[in-house]
Amino acid sequence: MFVYADNAATTSVSKTAVDAMMPYLTTLYGNPSSLYGFAQEAKEALEAARKTVADIIGAEPREIYFTSGGSEADNQAIVSMAKFGAIKGKKHLISTKFEHHAVLHTLKQLEKQGFEVTLLDVHEDGVVRLEDVENAIREDTALVTIMFANNEIGTVQPIKEIGELCRAKKIPFHTDAVQAAGHMPLNVVDMNIDLLSMSGHKFHAPKGVGVLYAKRGLPLFNIIEGGAQERGKRAGTENIPGIVALAAALKESVDNMEENTAKIIPMRDKLFAELSKIPHSKINGSLEHHVPGTVNMCFEGIEGESLLLLLDAKGVCASSGSACTSGSLDPSHVLLSLGLPHEVAHGSLRLSIGEYNTMEEIDHIIKVVPEVVSYLRSISPVWEDLETGKRPHLI
Amino acid sequence: MALYSEKVMDHFQNPRNVGKMEDASGVGEVGNAKCGDIMKMYIKVEDGIIVDCKFNTFGCGSAIATSSMATEMIKGKPVEEALELSNQAVVEALDGLPTHKIHCSVLAEEAVKAAVKDYYDKNGIEYDKEKFAQTHDCDHCVD
Repeated sequence: MFVYADNAATTSVSKTAVDAMMPYLTTLYGNPSSLYGFAQEAKEALEAARKTVADIIGAEPREIYFTSGGSEADNQAIVSMAKFGAIKGKKHLISTKFEHHAVLHTLKQLEKQGFEVTLLDVHEDGVVRLEDVENAIREDTALVTIMFANNEIGTVQPIKEIGELCRAKKIPFHTDAVQAAGHMPLNVVDMNIDLLSMSGHKFHAPKGVGVLYAKRGLPLFNIIEGGAQERGKRAGTENIPGIVALAAALKESVDNMEENTAKIIPMRDKLFAELSKIPHSKINGSLEHHVPGTVNMCFEGIEGESLLLLLDAKGVCASSGSACTSGSLDPSHVLLSLGLPHEVAHGSLRLSIGEYNTMEEIDHIIKVVPEVVSYLRSISPVWEDLETGKRPHLI
Repeated sequence: MALYSEKVMDHFQNPRNVGKMEDASGVGEVGNAKCGDIMKMYIKVEDGIIVDCKFNTFGCGSAIATSSMATEMIKGKPVEEALELSNQAVVEALDGLPTHKIHCSVLAEEAVKAAVKDYYDKNGIEYDKEKFAQTHDCDHCVD
């Protein structure tokens, strides 16, 4: 059995999205910047897609900018607000310890350029506290950027309340909504969001296309120069097939959100319930504030990469936050931000499921994960020490 | 290209000499759980020859594969010869490792040395301490 359980990494492109983009790959291939009628069909498709996305998130079409993906949108949002703030002498930026690297690395660059960055704790449950945000805000705060839902552990942040707070203090608020878009209701007006990033391939559109929403009146600075596309804020011939597919996939995901969620939650809950029966395991992140499909757990005494390789051999595609899978010496910054010790964080497993998964697939995962965990424990000197009391159990 | 060679995957999925040994002549444990890899190597020595060898490893695919390969390479060999086992030899025998996994092979070499050292210590055999210098370099390993 083959089970794709890594939907937080990427998703398959839906038939709806493929059908929507196909004409723009084949017959309607014109450059929207060209004058003739043939190219204007592509231009119309671009603007229709912009309106679809805007309507879904409660924005105006002119507030939607298509990008190459979530990372570019994050970069542009943060750099723009930092530059805008600096003009007014505001050089303080607030974010969290467990953001995606598209946010953290951008902040790191700005730090080198003289900005001051406050990264908020996310506590044991992976949820930012409103009072922490409030306490961090200063006179010179130029931006608050806090992710909607975490990519590794799936915890959802109090976005609406943070937005309200920022609005009251007149500080621009950006949210990286890459893991939430298409999976949870999003409304930039109701949630007081000034800037928002999303990525098409997380909700069944192709890779290489994303969206930056920026509230009217907020200045955007270009990351890519060279043309008047996207109201002059993002140069480069528009990825029309990708953009059309993104709009179609987002609409499909949102139209079916209730139904999809109702299908995914029981599968996710079964994974949590059954995998929690593995002794010395731990669920990472609050279950109360959670995206539908993400399951993140740690199993003591084993290492994540060997777990993934053995699961792969049994047909299960998953991911981990171990050091060996991150290509560095440290395990995932997300798991460490929850206060997990290194040795526990090494044994993490992320399963992210979507509406295309079935209960049979979940049963397969539930069968193979305990087998693999107990095999790896049987050859682990760490597990031996834990079981003989030479080393204390941490979970 | 896959992350690992076929040989690495074979030794990872079908590790040789995996297990514990009750009556080992020497036991060596190297690595740190914080870093994500610990190897425990058991050797049984008779008349100066390593007649049996077992290992237990907590770690990634290459940590398990290098331990497995190292046990194969020293089993049946005189203790002195096992001491000559280099991490490069383990890497070559596995048809290579990705650059960021080379430290696993260093750990395997050190696990063998640690087991031999334990055997020497237990039996009052004199040895050149230079040969057992720790080469594994990792910030986390300093507790």
